[in-house]
Amino acid sequence: MNAPPDDCLARNEWICGAYLTGRRGILWDAVLQHLQLTAVAVLLGLALAVPLAVAARRWRWASAPVLGSTTVLYTIPSLAMFSLLLPVYGLSASLVVAGLVLYSLTLLVRNILAGLRAVPEETRQAARGMGYGPVRLLLAVELPLALPAAMAGLRIATVSAVSLVTIGAIVGHGGLGNLIYAGMNTFFKAQVLTASVLCVLIAILADLLLLTIQRVLTPWTRRPGERSA
Amino acid sequence: MNTLSDAWSWLTSGSHWAGSDGIWNRLGEHLFLTAVCLLISCAVALPVALVLGHLGKGGALAVNISNAGRAVPTFAVLVLLLLTPIGQHGQWPTIIALVLFAVPPLLTNAYVGMRGVDADVVRAARGMGMTGSQLLRQVELPLAAPLILTGVRIAAVQLVATATIAALVGGGGLGRIITAGFNLASTPMVVAGAVLVAVFALLVESVFVVAQRLAPRWLRGGTG
Repeated sequence: MNAPPDDCLARNEWICGAYLTGRRGILWDAVLQHLQLTAVAVLLGLALAVPLAVAARRWRWASAPVLGSTTVLYTIPSLAMFSLLLPVYGLSASLVVAGLVLYSLTLLVRNILAGLRAVPEETRQAARGMGYGPVRLLLAVELPLALPAAMAGLRIATVSAVSLVTIGAIVGHGGLGNLIYAGMNTFFKAQVLTASVLCVLIAILADLLLLTIQRVLTPWTRRPGERSA
Repeated sequence: MNTLSDAWSWLTSGSHWAGSDGIWNRLGEHLFLTAVCLLISCAVALPVALVLGHLGKGGALAVNISNAGRAVPTFAVLVLLLLTPIGQHGQWPTIIALVLFAVPPLLTNAYVGMRGVDADVVRAARGMGMTGSQLLRQVELPLAAPLILTGVRIAAVQLVATATIAALVGGGGLGRIITAGFNLASTPMVVAGAVLVAVFALLVESVFVVAQRLAPRWLRGGTG
């Protein structure tokens, strides 16, 4: 005659060590899926945003449609975005990634463009005077100088993507969002809290990682004795 | 294209607009939820931002904390609140989660707007003998108004968009059409719901844009 176990799982407590150890595999899988979805989406978004921003910078006629369309995309709610893409991708991870890519575009394009526009005209003229062609000017002068603004956009886009992935639970590909969704339906407090905390931790760590990368890539923005964000 | 025409015929069918599950009712719920949350978040964020901006202290900290709030998924907050005793009080978990979500843009924009007021103007006003509260109401607030309103616009549009997740926890609003569509495995219904929300969000955005165009010059800011 065994009494039912009287541990924190049975009592449905918010914080539960037994949950952490018992479901380690599930949690780990969810974290990995979360990281994967975020990383793929942000990288794809970046790959699309850089050429779009460069085009918008170079050709005046391109800037209005590029900025306009990415802003409209941002207005579409995440739940609706995943739904709108449903006929194209079906219930798949690509659906979530595609939605997140479209979201990150607004933030990335805007920030990269702002960075490119902030490059002083004298700097560009100096580079031209030194014999830089348009491609070299872009790669060696304009893009590096646009980096701080671009990285700021990248950080916001990444943090937002981490939190938006959770909505992907509606199509079954939400990383930690799946655990939150399942935990909601079963009133499983420990699972909801653990998954939420892990989500926030991922966002903070990703932000710190990008901040470090930014500092390494743009040493000229750091002046001695000055703290910059 | 087939899905789109199916979604269109779903939208144009009159029976989908009437009743408690109908579009009109969901639209009303959505509007009500968004408006309540926007009012509460303005009531919470704006006074704090105005006072901190006026004093010039603690604002950077508040802005940083509220920006860090971006890292917290609204959906997670919603579910967490739902499982606490607050969960038994109808719409409150949704409202609290959405308010927490809308506060950062309001706070940041209002604070930045207050700090952006020309220091010479502030000094001149002080030299004319204005008290702190006169300065705040008659000088700083009008000059910061365009940025504050931009914050309100961003918050309103994001609220319309994010209020859909209320449906994930069984709340009302247009999101219900999307989740119901998922449950019925009816792609046209899902797409129709999504289109409705997107159009609604764009409408709110354009209402603000038009209102700002028509507003008096000081509300529009220098660039119009």
